[in-house]
Amino acid sequence: MSDTLVRIEALHKRFGTNHVLRGIDLAVTRGEVVCIIGPSGSGKSTLLRCVNMLETPSEGKVVVDGVELTDPECDIDRARTSTGMVFQSFNLFAHMSVIDNVTIALRKVLKQDRTTAEAKAMQLLTRVGLAEKATAYPAQLSGGQQQRVAIARALAMEPKVMLFDEATSALDPELVGDVLRVMRELAEEGMTMLVVTHEMDFARGVADRVVFMDGGVVVEDGHPDQVIGNPREERTRRFLANVRERD
Amino acid sequence: MSLSRRQRLRLVRGGVYSATVAALVLILLAVDWGALGGALFKWNIVRDQFPDILTTALRNTVIFTIFGFIGGLSFGLLLAIMRLSSVKPYRWFAATYIEVLRGIPLLVTLLILGFGIPIATGWQWPNPYIQGSVPLALVAAAYIAETVRAGIEAVPRGQMEAARSLGMSYTRAMVTIIIPQAFRIIVPPLTNEFVLLIKDTSLISVLGVTASTLDLARFGRNGVNDTANATPLVVAGLVYLALTIPLTQLAAWMERRSKAGRR
Ligand SMILES: Nc1ncnc2c1ncn2[C@@H]1O[C@H](COP(=O)(O)OP(=O)(O)OP(=O)(O)O)[C@@H](O)[C@H]1O
Ligand SMILES: [Mg+2]
Repeated sequence: MSDTLVRIEALHKRFGTNHVLRGIDLAVTRGEVVCIIGPSGSGKSTLLRCVNMLETPSEGKVVVDGVELTDPECDIDRARTSTGMVFQSFNLFAHMSVIDNVTIALRKVLKQDRTTAEAKAMQLLTRVGLAEKATAYPAQLSGGQQQRVAIARALAMEPKVMLFDEATSALDPELVGDVLRVMRELAEEGMTMLVVTHEMDFARGVADRVVFMDGGVVVEDGHPDQVIGNPREERTRRFLANVRERD
Repeated sequence: MSLSRRQRLRLVRGGVYSATVAALVLILLAVDWGALGGALFKWNIVRDQFPDILTTALRNTVIFTIFGFIGGLSFGLLLAIMRLSSVKPYRWFAATYIEVLRGIPLLVTLLILGFGIPIATGWQWPNPYIQGSVPLALVAAAYIAETVRAGIEAVPRGQMEAARSLGMSYTRAMVTIIIPQAFRIIVPPLTNEFVLLIKDTSLISVLGVTASTLDLARFGRNGVNDTANATPLVVAGLVYLALTIPLTQLAAWMERRSKAGRR
């Protein structure tokens, strides 16, 4: 078995006449952390959402852990348990306590009993530093705390790869650090991660590879020191100059 | 002498106000209060309404309402889900059903289903409670479906996406994540639907009644016939209010509270 965990081949996505992804090829090795950067509207979220089929690709192939998700015969619900996703807007289940948020899929999808599921949830909540918030409701938590619960919720399913879509973009600056710390630890433990982010320091410090997207294609793909530190392409350079100006 | 715009406005308002007061005073003087009280609220007749108005009439109204509501809610939920389905025929069926049943007066639907169909087909309703409740439920379902749909649509899209990303099927996500949240949103409007249903049960008696299936309205009407006095209907009206006012107040309170809850 090859060590490629996620393989994306000739991926296209159209929304009506809007051709958003225009032929993406990308392979992610087991344990690799790949950061995806690029201007707004370049298709980063769409690409990530194609990896767990929240968007159905128009053409091309997505293979995760040997399962071709784009195969019409594929059981998508089952295949999705091998990917975990963290959203910009957290999307915690508002009517459930923190612990229920983490255990609900364990109980309803994996059919674990409550005791087993809760033991695991407490372990994960401890790991993201929120064990004492187990009985709180999402509305009672700060954005940073909510996002860490969302990470625990995704991890509970023991995914093979974690997808992060601008996990810190909706957070107040002082709360970003806690979430990035959890993500960094996850990366150090060997989790395979696809991370859409505007945090260049994170990309540089944590990623094994950085992918720069623009206009629905991968413009540049390489080591962070190269793509961020010394980009080959003019478009990448312009984008990075813009980002630095903003900071 | 010319008046400013504001002075003219004040003059008109004052004129309307004094005319209203004068009309009211005239009515108050013209009415024979003793006779009116005797016709609308005669104590010995009020007393005669009890206990039957509670043990028979109220009981039947409550039975019709609850059967109608449970049926309407279950079928309304199904219709709402069909209305939001990606399968076109489901959507089309639900949309047509909702439009048709909301477009026909309840009285007409009651007569078609309760009367027309048995006459046309020879088939008989098994009992008068089912005969009254089923058409009521079928109409209530059309209204409730629209309320439920609005509730489901008010749940942020990210909730469904998060649920699906965890491996839940569409149905599982609907049942455990979306519908519970939708229901929190629609409890106040559903309470109002319930109140409407209480009042709508007053039409069921057009299908014919026996002494044991009298509802509040019919009980009051029969009382008027028996006593040649309006008191029985007034008492029936008061019993309706005793049911509906607490519920509408409850709905208003829940609405205020949920508004305050949303920061
Ligand atoms: N569900 C959708 N329906 C129609 N068009 C969509 C949909 N989702 C995304 N798009 C379009 O696809 C394009 C790419 O969007 P996408 O969200 O992938 O960009 P992005 O790189 O993630 O941008 P950002 O940095 O702003 O998040 C945009 O033009 C957007 O309008
Ligand atoms: Mg995006």
